[in-house]
Amino acid sequence: MAEIKLEAIRKSYGRTEVIHGIDAEISDGEFIVIVGPSGCGKSTLLRMVAGLETITSGDIRIGDRVVNKLEPRERDIAMVFQNYALYPHMSVFDNMAYGLKIANVPKPEIASRVAEAARMLELEPYLDRKPRQLSGGQRQRVAMGRAIVRKPAVFLFDEPLSNLDAKLRVQMRLEIKALQRKLGVTALYVTHDQVEAMTLADRMIVMNAGVAEQVGAPLDVYANPATLFVAGFIGSPPMNVLSHEIRQGRGPLDPGAVIGIRPEHIDLVAPGAGLIDLDVAFCEPLGAETLVHGVTAAGDKLVVRIDGETSLPADGTRVGLAIDPARILAFDAAGRRSET
Amino acid sequence: MEKRVVFDNRWLPYLLVAPQLLVTFVFFFWPAGQAIYQSAFIPDPFGLKTQFVGFGNFEYLFGNRYYRESFLTTAVFSVLVTVSAMSFALWLAVLADRVIKGSSAYRTLLIWPYAVAPAIAGVLWLFMFNPFTGIIAWMLSQMGYVWNHNLDGGQAMALVVAASAWKQISYNFLFFLAGLQAIPKSVIEAAAIDGASFWRRFWTIVFPLLSPTTFFLLVVNIIYAFFDTFGVIHTITKGGPEQSTTILVYKVFSDGFVGQDLGSSAAQSVVLLLLVGILTVVQFRFIERRVHY
Ligand SMILES: Nc1ncnc2c1ncn2[C@@H]1O[C@H](COP(=O)(O)OP(=O)(O)O)[C@@H](O)[C@H]1O
Ligand SMILES: [Mg+2]
Repeated sequence: MAEIKLEAIRKSYGRTEVIHGIDAEISDGEFIVIVGPSGCGKSTLLRMVAGLETITSGDIRIGDRVVNKLEPRERDIAMVFQNYALYPHMSVFDNMAYGLKIANVPKPEIASRVAEAARMLELEPYLDRKPRQLSGGQRQRVAMGRAIVRKPAVFLFDEPLSNLDAKLRVQMRLEIKALQRKLGVTALYVTHDQVEAMTLADRMIVMNAGVAEQVGAPLDVYANPATLFVAGFIGSPPMNVLSHEIRQGRGPLDPGAVIGIRPEHIDLVAPGAGLIDLDVAFCEPLGAETLVHGVTAAGDKLVVRIDGETSLPADGTRVGLAIDPARILAFDAAGRRSET
Repeated sequence: MEKRVVFDNRWLPYLLVAPQLLVTFVFFFWPAGQAIYQSAFIPDPFGLKTQFVGFGNFEYLFGNRYYRESFLTTAVFSVLVTVSAMSFALWLAVLADRVIKGSSAYRTLLIWPYAVAPAIAGVLWLFMFNPFTGIIAWMLSQMGYVWNHNLDGGQAMALVVAASAWKQISYNFLFFLAGLQAIPKSVIEAAAIDGASFWRRFWTIVFPLLSPTTFFLLVVNIIYAFFDTFGVIHTITKGGPEQSTTILVYKVFSDGFVGQDLGSSAAQSVVLLLLVGILTVVQFRFIERRVHY
């Protein structure tokens, strides 16, 4: 059990800096998700915590130790890789027992710890099998088992679910969360999937191009995105971005500034009855909800999320949009939130 | 999907494989048949007629002390060549594998010796170790060590082993490096996180995952040491001194072409034929179940 502290972490490969100074404090037992688009440096950051990449500058603390110079095995961590990285020539039992054997844990204890993990992960029938004889989901569990038998202070996950099909992904997501709660281990989890991030995280770190744009609880980040990037990345469909002020009694925006409004914070009303009008291009009925796509009079594209049972506006018709001005977020030209 | 090629003309396929069959026949089946045939005869001293002796040549062969010693020499030589060529190549491959970026440059440099013909390799090493003019022989003598592989059987063996192994290292290196690079990096990293030191990772993860490559190379290297080293031995020691480097394949040559004892030479060829047959069977059975894990 341990807290993790990242202090001004930077990473360069040769002359190219890919992580530009990241700070974060993770408390004991917390589930932190690092989320961001592919190539933004999530894996690099996680691998620096694991000790698989050197740290160009800054400090990483796990517990009360600075671990910058420590080997992975001295950091009291376990990691689950995207491709599972199981030892192909070893049985499921030996895969899970490997780390314990190296730590010279007595044989009976190895057996009982592996049995315990196998029971938790429902792997008991497969202990004698080789990884290639397992399905993707089962391999994933073995990778989890290998991590938990060692009782590390910190779990690191690098996109552990991205090789699974959609249904299994949802199921394993729930299991990972339950397991982490039960074991009370600090977890650092990397994903590019914002739904995974929202559902798993106690707090999330939204990364973009080597920078942490925002750190916070999922719902806070959703309701109060610090930057335009976060507003667009978290939430599906993303926040609407309009280049024109639509609140009555306000002047035009500064050049480059925009306003944002979530699709579910807009209601459809009769043309002219709302703040602005929308020309409907098409509708996507998804069952529980319907997404109405259209273009405003000022030329901005916009999506409205309405209840699935309301009647759909026909394509090409004009509707009015009722918007609570308090729900409108403003961003300056640099993409940061501004208070107007 | 139909993957076979279907020929309309029923003679065309035979025509296409004919050159390969012809080469195999002329250079393998014909001489092999000749060897088996001749092994049952001894020629008279003038070579005018031959006399059928059945297995007489073989009986004589295995009763001959020099032939039995040649077996032992071959065993020592092959084990030394195989072990040194493979372990040194593996060591180089592990080093090159760690320098990911430079590995293609290493690869190119390290493959060069493989392109050298055995006889040339022999001459190269002979130059360096020539007791009178060789640079390394001279350096050894400066250090008070007398090098003369023309007199010392142990030194002669060491020299032909070194020259033979040197030529084979590059071949082994290529296969080992490819084998190492086929092991996913994340598996090694997982072992590092599980607490394994470099050597522990090597022996418990890397080496077992490399075993198909290792086994393949083992067979290839033994066959190489048995047969392809003729040129090296011929240029450096001619089997001497006192037969100390006369391996089986060299003895076939020296008894047959130098000693003109064709019956015995043919019988020795047949013994070698059986040996290589056994090695090939071992290799094929292995290739059938190549995946060890
Ligand atoms: N070994 C490396 N050498 C050079 N650049 C690298 C290396 N590893 C990653 N990068 C670069 O660092 C950036 C971040 O990579 P990564 O952390 O893998 O992104 P993510 O996991 O968020 O998709 C990418 O632009 C990538 O090209
Ligand atoms: Mg990644």
